[in-house]
Amino acid sequence: MLAPVLAPYDPSEQFFDGLTLEGSPLPPNERFWFGTDTNGRDQLSRLLYGARTSLMIGIVANGIAVAIGTLLGVIAGYARGFLGAAIMRFTDLMMAFPPLLFAIALAAILKPGLAIIIVVIALVNWVQIARVIYTETTSLSEREYIEAARALGASTTRILFRHLIPHLIPTIIVYATLGVATTVLLEAMLSFLGRGVQPPTPAWGMMIFESQSYFLNAPWLVFIPGAAILIVALAFNLAGDGLRDALDPTQRGRR
Amino acid sequence: MRFGISSYLATAPAVLAQSHKQGGAAVVTFNNDLTTLDPQVGYDWQNWSVIKSIFDGLMDYKPGTTQLEPDLAESYTISDDGLTYTFKLRDGVKFHNGRAMTPADVKYSLERAVNPATQSPGGGYFSAIEGYDALAGGKATELSGIRIIDNKTISFTLTRPDATFLHLMAINFGYIVPKEEVEKAGSDWGKKPVGTGAFKFVEWVPGQHIVLERNKDYHRQGVPYLDKLTFEFGQDPTVAVLRLKNGEVDIVGDGIPPAQFTEIMADPANKDLIAEGDQLHTGYVTMNVTQPPFDNLKVRQAVNMAINKDRIVRLINNRAVPANQALPPAMPGYNKDNKGYAFDPDGAKKLLAEAGKPQGFTTELYAMNVDPNPRIAQAIQQDLAAVGIKAEIRSLAQAEVIAAGGSGKAPMIWSGGMAWIADFPDPANFYYGILGCAGAVEGGWNWSKYCNKELDGRAENADAMVKADETDKRISEWKNLFDDVLKDAPWAPVFNEKRFTYHSARLGGDPALFTDPIHIPVNYDYIFAKDSQ
Amino acid sequence: MVFYLAKRLSASALILVGVTLVTFCLTFIIPADPVAMIAGRNSTPETREQIREQLGLNQPLPEQYANYVKRLARGDFGISYARKSAVGDLIASRLPATLLLMLGAIIAELLIGLPAGLYAAARRGETGDKVAMTLSFLTVSTPQFVLGLSLLYLFAYRLGWFPLSGYGTLRHLILPAVTLGLAGGGWYSRMMRSSMIEILRQDYIRTARAKGMSEKRVMFVHALRNAILPVIAMIGLDIGIFMSGVVVVENVFGWPGIGQLMWQAIQSLDIPIIMGVTTVAALFIVAGNFLADLTAPLIDPRIRLR
Repeated sequence: MLAPVLAPYDPSEQFFDGLTLEGSPLPPNERFWFGTDTNGRDQLSRLLYGARTSLMIGIVANGIAVAIGTLLGVIAGYARGFLGAAIMRFTDLMMAFPPLLFAIALAAILKPGLAIIIVVIALVNWVQIARVIYTETTSLSEREYIEAARALGASTTRILFRHLIPHLIPTIIVYATLGVATTVLLEAMLSFLGRGVQPPTPAWGMMIFESQSYFLNAPWLVFIPGAAILIVALAFNLAGDGLRDALDPTQRGRR
Repeated sequence: MRFGISSYLATAPAVLAQSHKQGGAAVVTFNNDLTTLDPQVGYDWQNWSVIKSIFDGLMDYKPGTTQLEPDLAESYTISDDGLTYTFKLRDGVKFHNGRAMTPADVKYSLERAVNPATQSPGGGYFSAIEGYDALAGGKATELSGIRIIDNKTISFTLTRPDATFLHLMAINFGYIVPKEEVEKAGSDWGKKPVGTGAFKFVEWVPGQHIVLERNKDYHRQGVPYLDKLTFEFGQDPTVAVLRLKNGEVDIVGDGIPPAQFTEIMADPANKDLIAEGDQLHTGYVTMNVTQPPFDNLKVRQAVNMAINKDRIVRLINNRAVPANQALPPAMPGYNKDNKGYAFDPDGAKKLLAEAGKPQGFTTELYAMNVDPNPRIAQAIQQDLAAVGIKAEIRSLAQAEVIAAGGSGKAPMIWSGGMAWIADFPDPANFYYGILGCAGAVEGGWNWSKYCNKELDGRAENADAMVKADETDKRISEWKNLFDDVLKDAPWAPVFNEKRFTYHSARLGGDPALFTDPIHIPVNYDYIFAKDSQ
Repeated sequence: MVFYLAKRLSASALILVGVTLVTFCLTFIIPADPVAMIAGRNSTPETREQIREQLGLNQPLPEQYANYVKRLARGDFGISYARKSAVGDLIASRLPATLLLMLGAIIAELLIGLPAGLYAAARRGETGDKVAMTLSFLTVSTPQFVLGLSLLYLFAYRLGWFPLSGYGTLRHLILPAVTLGLAGGGWYSRMMRSSMIEILRQDYIRTARAKGMSEKRVMFVHALRNAILPVIAMIGLDIGIFMSGVVVVENVFGWPGIGQLMWQAIQSLDIPIIMGVTTVAALFIVAGNFLADLTAPLIDPRIRLR
């Protein structure tokens, strides 16, 4: 958000002297603090501007995926029966497709754009979450306290939101935080297939992906955006841990 | 051929005159699998050169050069009207199965290329042979224009003079195959080829490797030098370079990856291991002339002037020279006096204003998604933005770009990764399919959809000049024709690629062999193993 | 149990039919003309028509789908556009390599993930925990291409412990299997850790501790058995995730599996191969999910099959 203020250069300006005479990117130096990329653009500026896109994708797309996955997983695991089976078989069907193929096909119908990227990533990512949540829910819903709640006549909604989901929070947080990082990589894959963030708009995943074959010769191209992703993911993880402690049902009782 | 003999080409024959001891082996890596070794079907740059080592045609090129010479033919004569070519076949040519090659094999092979049942991508090249329409249309089983005169002689009658005919006898589609082996193998023929060439097919493990061994009965004495040739597939070029440094492989077939190029070139140890040569290649941006805004000549000229080719050349590690016209410098017909459109953003803006687009416009630029093409597309995007043209990049898989180009859906395409590398070294090969009306059809490769009937007529007239003393005149006709194409600016030529082949210290041979303009990446038949000398 | 199996199996069959239908539709959405792809630049109109005829592209779509399924039922996956050979053979020749790689990766991720997760849970909040979890972050968020190339550069090129590329021996398998499994190992360690922490808070664990049971016994006997469930449930699902991963890993290590085949097919839009690999992959994914559902109650008896 602060990128325009902080960035030293236009992120898409390809400097003629941003490459060596042999056409190699420049390592970090006084003028370009984080070096230049393979097009001779300032890596620092791209990193700052890319944060907007990548965080947007990481948070929104992954958030949607976690929400869909949790909801469907819990419903399928708790309701079981026909509804549960139907949801899980649909999940299996979705899972059976390589995300790559899915992305190509979806984007063939839809024009590439940020919204599409978010939709595609959410559609690819929710499946696995649903599967894991489903398995945990089936285990949880057999436990005594759920039985007890049911026997006491608690409504389904109440059981779901008061008794089940809080116990799933640790798993959800794992996915929500780690997902931010993997989502950024998926975004890169989509860019490669021409269905991701459109150049010259920078995005972290794309920055890594474009230059990953350079990492032996120009490591800063991969490590700097890689570190950025890592820092963000770690920050999310810390926040997630805090959140878990705040929401933890066993802790809450004792406060 | 007045033009296009680069300095290295002239030296090549002298070097080849030396002979080397036979023996040794070489390993070549490729990233993608080979698709087929059927000479009438194979049509990508990887199988193209492997097929050339297993099969032969009536004609060939002097190693490392673009000069035609007879190969399976010993000699040939052309009738005065240019309509009949008579080839006398060489003695003692045997297929790898031991049977002697006959004129009937030549007839069979050419008919096989044209027969629609073969599904040859190059059948159309032989359209000048009499009886072509009947065979291609499924109304005949033979080419009536091919006559076997005696057991050593065969003649071709053409319906129109075709100055490129001898080249056509040297391209893979015209290579000679033994009927009995083709029929025995059936649909597996492309996987177990039998030819007359320098190397004999041994085995193919799909996805892993192909092994060839020296053909001891090869009709050219003393060659090939290598006893064994192995092609390994599924090898990432970055890793292949490491393997080459480790001494595990000898040639990185896909070329040096951009990421490692500077480092490899800077290492003095590699000085003798890198061969540098021209190739018959032009990288260009097509503009669809049938749709606004590129139906306006001034807009197309503006694009030509907006692109900073020097910066793009630097972007690809100077592995190219800026292009000013459609033909590459090594191609006959290249006009060295034509400087093309100079880089002039202000001039481009002026032209856009004259075309009624002073504010520029928004369009799409398609490009293949393999490095360095997306980078080049972004460089072009920036240059166009500087004159007001906002180009959105569509960076897609190769097949998708080709489909978008063929259907005319793509306003602009950067040709890199799919660009025209000539099938044979003649300007005609740079015209019909990619700039002529014949290619400007649905699914065709003329992505500009540029169709100029007047130029098509001139092209046909030029190709009707078949007499030896008309060669110069024909080439200058082509030169003028390409000058006129440039005036219409259906393309913005960007650069002509140079080839850099990185090979192990084990291998020797003239650098021209490692950057052979016909055998890409390497002419395997004439390189030798130093440890066997 | 038998009834459950039958029900799940028939559901799986239904999913596979769904997969063929969706695959079929997807490939028609993808914008490329197969005839132009096969025919090339100098083909004749007659050749193009011949190809169109042979591919059955002149028939109405439902008929094409029916023919496709009929052929599929006979094990006929069609002929590759680019390679002109039977897709079934291409896949069959490459499938063992991919399965071997996946097996290696599963072993690698379990060997990495479970001990790491257990360790982190036991040391919760301590430095060891933080280090383990940071490392797991690193493995999950590193692109596999970069990871693979790093391992290859260090262990194969610099140190020479492993071959740079190829297939055939155990030494060839280790680096690609670790590359493919490391991300999963990271996931597992996190899952294992959070699962363990959750379990260790349960009443029965507290009871066990209160009764004076040794911490080791608490961890390994009571907690581990329950904590491992969500982790084991994921193994079956890994096959689906690996199907994307093998594309990259097989390319880096020159591993002749179906991932390479798929990648090349996507580049050239060789639709019969894309359809074939997707269908075969779906078969394995569905089987994996089936196994995941099946193993859960064996480990956790509280889950009843329904």
